[in-house]
Amino acid sequence: MMIADGIEDEEKWLAEGIAGIQHNAFYLHRAVDSNNLREALKYSAQLLSELRTSRLSPHKYYELYMRAFDELRRLEMFFKDEERHGCSVLDLYELVQHAGNVLPRLYLLCTVGSVYIKSKEAPAKDVLKDLVEMCRSVQHPIRGLFLRSYLAQISRDKLPDIGSEYEGDGDTVMDAVDFVLQNFTEMNKLWVRMQHQGPIRVKEKLDKERSELRDLVGKNLHVLSQIEGVDLEIYKDTVLPRVLEQVVNCKDELAQHYLMDCIIQVFPDEYHLQTLETLLGAFPQLQPAVDIKTVLSQLMDRLSNYAASSAEVLPEFLQVEAFAKLSNAIGKVIEAQVEMPVVGAISLYVSLLTFALRVHSDRLDYVDQVLGACVKKLSGSPKLEDNKATKQVVALLTAPLEKYNDIDTALTLSNYPHVMDHLDAGTNKIMAMVLIQSIMKYNTCVSTAEKVDVLFELIKGLIKDIDGTLADELDEEDFKEEQNSVARLVHMLYNDDPEEMLQIICTVRKHIMAGGPKRLPFTVPPLVFSALKLVRRLQGLDGEVAGEEVPATPRKIFQLLNQIIEALSNVPSPELALRLYLQCAEAANDCDLEPVAYEFFTQAFVLYEEEVADSKAQVTSIHLIIGTLQRMNAFGVENRDTLTHKATGYSAKLLKKPDQCRAVYACSHLFWVDDQDGIKDGERFKLIFRHNWT
Amino acid sequence: MVLVLAIGDLHVPYRAPDLPAKFKSMLVPGKIQHIICTGNLCIKEVHDYLKNLCPSLHITRGEYDEDAQYPETKTLTIGQFKLGLCHGHQVVPWGDLDSLAMLQRQLDVDILVTGHTHQFKAYKHEAGVVINPGSATGAYSSITYDVNPSFVLMDIDGLRVVVYVYELIDGEVKVDKIDFKKTGTATSHSAH
Repeated sequence: MMIADGIEDEEKWLAEGIAGIQHNAFYLHRAVDSNNLREALKYSAQLLSELRTSRLSPHKYYELYMRAFDELRRLEMFFKDEERHGCSVLDLYELVQHAGNVLPRLYLLCTVGSVYIKSKEAPAKDVLKDLVEMCRSVQHPIRGLFLRSYLAQISRDKLPDIGSEYEGDGDTVMDAVDFVLQNFTEMNKLWVRMQHQGPIRVKEKLDKERSELRDLVGKNLHVLSQIEGVDLEIYKDTVLPRVLEQVVNCKDELAQHYLMDCIIQVFPDEYHLQTLETLLGAFPQLQPAVDIKTVLSQLMDRLSNYAASSAEVLPEFLQVEAFAKLSNAIGKVIEAQVEMPVVGAISLYVSLLTFALRVHSDRLDYVDQVLGACVKKLSGSPKLEDNKATKQVVALLTAPLEKYNDIDTALTLSNYPHVMDHLDAGTNKIMAMVLIQSIMKYNTCVSTAEKVDVLFELIKGLIKDIDGTLADELDEEDFKEEQNSVARLVHMLYNDDPEEMLQIICTVRKHIMAGGPKRLPFTVPPLVFSALKLVRRLQGLDGEVAGEEVPATPRKIFQLLNQIIEALSNVPSPELALRLYLQCAEAANDCDLEPVAYEFFTQAFVLYEEEVADSKAQVTSIHLIIGTLQRMNAFGVENRDTLTHKATGYSAKLLKKPDQCRAVYACSHLFWVDDQDGIKDGERFKLIFRHNWT
Repeated sequence: MVLVLAIGDLHVPYRAPDLPAKFKSMLVPGKIQHIICTGNLCIKEVHDYLKNLCPSLHITRGEYDEDAQYPETKTLTIGQFKLGLCHGHQVVPWGDLDSLAMLQRQLDVDILVTGHTHQFKAYKHEAGVVINPGSATGAYSSITYDVNPSFVLMDIDGLRVVVYVYELIDGEVKVDKIDFKKTGTATSHSAH
């Protein structure tokens, strides 16, 4: 209820104020038209008295101010025209000071001051100095801010800048700078004081009101940046230090945030680069509540864009040691602001990393350094539970992947795994999927066992159960998706050199064996086929590679394969294992390794006998056995007979008669092999056939 | 004019990570009327991908397929042609033309599509045509060395079917085509 009344009242007061201005304006115009200076002064003073109100919010006050401003413009034209009112500007300057109340007096003084400067009867710097000091008499925040804003506006084009008409003996750029700096300083003080004035108000409302006025203060910085004569020297020696002094000393978080932002936006990037140390030195001195990371990110963004704008700029970055300075500054801020939550620190590092990636993408040591600093911070804090912080860490880890499009680079960053160590199991998996997707997307090939080892360590959340999270707890669909991703990944691990490739296979095996029964059916097959491809490659090479360690041979690989497939028995996954054994048998056959092939067949049969119980599964499996056996040419008569006999026997024992027939018929091909050895054992064939058809 | 995609033996993810990029960019939804798949996809993701390409999806079971519910064989009629589909591991000796011809007669189809060997084949045989689209991913096969990724697109128009085979050889997609005409009981063909 109160608030609604308040708004209504404000509207009423504003209306009253406007009415007052319009009323006096009417008489003012009449006075001006009749060149009556005294009347003009009287009515303009009355008009300006409306601005003495304390009852309006900044928003409404502004409306009132604008009306007065319009009237003052016309008044200024009148003042300028000495012939009309017959008063010298010097006298006028003195005359207006007789106005009763201070606020109207000062508005009039500023207006005359403008004319005075234009007349060149006095040095600009003297008039400006006088005005900026006189304005001190108004200490009420809103009134003072608007008054000084008026001063800033009318003085804008009259500053003694280089090349301006107001530059003269004694009048220099420094005078212009001093004037603006002083106005700025006083305005900031008033602005900060706003929160202490008047009855206790709700903080949000107050902040909102203060925000509405911030551009009045910020405008001064804009003016400073526009002064031609303000070169790097002056900026470095005078402007920046004094602005920063005010920013730090005012100890007001709203002001500090806005003004730091302003400085960064308004002055050229080149200046920032050259004054980096000074600028960054202010940050630790700011109030703890200031959202430094946003401001720093802004700065780093701008500098990144600046670096990207032209190649010539880059050496400058190196020369001023931009990265080192930024890195130190961030470190100091984090140290100084003990209360800063982890998410704040991490997002600062994300910004720094982005900067390093954009500006110094060839400096992997910088990237690693940022990651290292992050690790240090994470080590000092309890395990990450904050969702936002986790997201930031993932962003930190993803950035290098996206920049370099090449997992290899990420794998060389020594601190990368350390950062990942600090992720909880769930997030580790998310990050692991990101890594795999990056590899798949850019079709990267991971080519050494060492890199594979590092990679599988990074994605260990997918490879095995860590930290007590069980695979059981996971949604089945999600689990399948994860494991299928790992399976796909295996195909991206490759090296032309057989020795290295074998090492890669062994490394993968080492990791996946820790995966447990749920994961093996997904991870074993791709590894098996990867190994079989290697066998085929070795077949093509003639002779053994002499020297050093035992070279990669098909025999060795088959040994390995036997062990790998055996692990599936723990799952248990007999049908899959059976198929894989048969694949190996065929491969061994192609290498002419009879005993090895025979051994694989034996394993397959054992599984068939003992584990494959389902009748449909049996039918498929026996056909696979028969089909594979039919292609074998490495077997001597005895071995072939044994296996054929077994296959035929099992075929006859299938559950359904039609299946029996088909299988036994298929077995007939085992006796009739069309190759150079010409095994066409018609007699045996007939015997078996007849035997099974009784 | 009915376009039928014959594809199979992708073996994702156990023998291959994915379809080749060049194939993926060629296969877009809305262009194909039917897909017949010989099997060994192996996972649901591939099924969904194919389903998205064309809702009329026919699959037979390969020995590594995750979904055990796919049938061993399937027949369907498209236009004037009867098509038969089977993975092929059931037919011993694998890839043997005569044995496949037996299956064709058994299913009573004009066109038999099978896989398993990962090697593209298309030939006329007695009463019909036998097609093997090969492996769309170029997956490892114990039967065939140096598998090039391949698939087949059949354009069925009245009594004529044009079989386009797409093969990825050394990074380039090569296309070949074979014409078959159905005349009464017999099918004649002209190869290019």
